[in-house]
Amino acid sequence: MAAMFIDISLVGFMLAIAIMIMFSHRLFAIIVMSGAYSLISAAMFVNLDAVDVAFTEAAVGAGFSTVLFLAAMAWLPAEEKRDKALVVLPLMICVVVGALLLWGVMSLPPLGDPSSVVHHHVAPRYLAESYDKLHIPNVVTTVLASYRGFDTLGETIVIFTAGIGVLLVLTGATGRNPSQDENVEDEDEK
Amino acid sequence: MKNNPVLRVCSKLLFAPIILYGLYVQFHGDYGPGGGFQAGVIIAAAFILYGMIFSLKNLKKVSPPSVVHALMGIGALIYGGVGVVTFLNGGEYLNYNYLAADYAKGQHWGIILVEFGVGLTVASTILGLFMAFAGFEFSEFKKRKRR
Repeated sequence: MAAMFIDISLVGFMLAIAIMIMFSHRLFAIIVMSGAYSLISAAMFVNLDAVDVAFTEAAVGAGFSTVLFLAAMAWLPAEEKRDKALVVLPLMICVVVGALLLWGVMSLPPLGDPSSVVHHHVAPRYLAESYDKLHIPNVVTTVLASYRGFDTLGETIVIFTAGIGVLLVLTGATGRNPSQDENVEDEDEK
Repeated sequence: MKNNPVLRVCSKLLFAPIILYGLYVQFHGDYGPGGGFQAGVIIAAAFILYGMIFSLKNLKKVSPPSVVHALMGIGALIYGGVGVVTFLNGGEYLNYNYLAADYAKGQHWGIILVEFGVGLTVASTILGLFMAFAGFEFSEFKKRKRR
């Protein structure tokens, strides 16, 4: 009962924020509200007992990407342009995609159902043998770093490559890094 | 924002505990929730807070971009290097059983080293991205495009 109340109020908050973002035209307000949206989804992950994911969502979604958006906003006008183009086609696309997603959700197994397929492949083996074999209490860590070490290596390389790519775009491939230049000094004091 | 006493005092008070918490999440990942990725973003968040309050210039003194960019690669290399060590010790790539004489110890060491590599890469990538974004000069960018 309490869990259901928490779920409903979190979804309610998220819906309210989404609607407010839709109708707001001030970029600053939109960025702050999307940060709040991420924070609420982090709370939702805590509610689902996925504390690791909640950490990441709170730090990256609510913190870091909000900061990046704010940094990008410095180069944009404060207000979104109001265009009076036809909204029928985008609305149709949204409705159709939303209906398809809802249809897809309906064929998912219920949340936490122990008889669903994903819980019968390798998960029982990991749960049964990981402590005896590896002596590490947290199964999530053993699966992530040991059983699935290759995947995590790939993820690390992806983060590394993405970082390199963005740094190259922003600071240029000229061998010289404008963000290291001396001329930014006085401007940062605001 | 340096001139606002509330922000200045609070960020100074928070900086060390955030990093301590990040280290806890990093090295306690075997026992509780967390691990390299989460620790990396938490530690980067502490530096970003410092940069936002005390200006980008001071952040660059604390964490020079050249060092941060190097750490991005070093983290990934630590992860890959653990694989190479197990490989040279006669096992498969990333089979931590071969890291130490006792397989359980080997797994422990392997996981800690690998998570450390992940944490290093994630923290430095995020910090590097923040510094690149915050120090981005649009006029500079356009000039470079014309060249």
